[in-house]
Amino acid sequence: MVAYTDKIKEISRRLLKECQVEMVIGFRKGTLPMMNEPCFVKNPEDVDQLVWDSNCGINLANYLTNRGEKIGIIAKGCDSRNIVTHIIENKIKREQLVIIGVPCDGMIDRRRIIRMYSEEILEVEETGGKIIVKGADFEDTLKKADVLQQNCAVCIHRNPVIHDELVADPVAEQKDVDRYADIREIEAMDPEQKWDYFENLLSACIRCYACRNACPLCYCPTCFVDESRPQWVGKSQNPMDVRTFHFLRAFHCAGRCTDCGACERACPVGINMRVFTKKLEKDSFEQFGWEAGLSLDERPPLDTYKPGDPDDFIK
Amino acid sequence: MEHMGIEPGRIQFSWVSSAESTKFVDVVNEVTATVKKLGPSNNFVKTKVKVA
Repeated sequence: MVAYTDKIKEISRRLLKECQVEMVIGFRKGTLPMMNEPCFVKNPEDVDQLVWDSNCGINLANYLTNRGEKIGIIAKGCDSRNIVTHIIENKIKREQLVIIGVPCDGMIDRRRIIRMYSEEILEVEETGGKIIVKGADFEDTLKKADVLQQNCAVCIHRNPVIHDELVADPVAEQKDVDRYADIREIEAMDPEQKWDYFENLLSACIRCYACRNACPLCYCPTCFVDESRPQWVGKSQNPMDVRTFHFLRAFHCAGRCTDCGACERACPVGINMRVFTKKLEKDSFEQFGWEAGLSLDERPPLDTYKPGDPDDFIK
Repeated sequence: MEHMGIEPGRIQFSWVSSAESTKFVDVVNEVTATVKKLGPSNNFVKTKVKVA
């Protein structure tokens, strides 16, 4: 990880010094353990703030929307796929970007680790696949593989799909992971169980829209939930309004979602809203053989027509 | 929608050309029949908040 950080700093410093980019988007240490925050470096002197570890789960593609300047961006596998999606959707031009690819071996699930201990965690370090958690009067070592974010545990695109620079050799991609076990479990339920499952899932939602704000796909100038003329969806905590928000947001991500997990990570009450987007991701994969953000040359399934598109739902 | 717990059959898609009037009638009849069989929808109903 230290090697990654050093390499990121070295590349960023070079890019800024040579004026190849006006700004580098990366991560710096947050004020709390396991909370890195996005950071925008504009001067070569400030490059030393940049870090890389297993808490860089935020999707940085989110900060590229409609930018005009030349940007260096640090991208792990999922970020790079969202950058591709941004380019395809004309939200940024490829020429504007210098993509600093980071082969990623997963981000850790901060919430799960916090839940594991009754005391407050004051410091978290990591070395070679181990996470060392320190509190006021305890210290514990965890295996990183055991505390990965759910989406990272089933990720099959850990290496950046496009990059101009690469900070390390590509990591081995995970093979034979069952990506959709949780979705199949829901699919097997009968309608009533499904309804209750989601009722339960969303009961804690406070409609803060953190999931939307963290999502690189959610870049509409005015989101449908913020519109008031016409008002598409009620703004209350009513379970129907909450549900409408979540499933409409998921539909907007159909065929675009890369399952980066930014939404779930951002949620202050820990709702796994990925079960919505992931269902659509599964459908796009199974029905259109599509995985979002893998290539700049292919149009997404929802804006092209192919004679072989599935149509058995139309009577 | 079905993934979320809406009963299968309550939502239907159809493609009817403006020249296919009989098909249109058939589709409407079929859809109403299926939905009637399912009964009134209990899900996705917004009730007014009760105030004291």
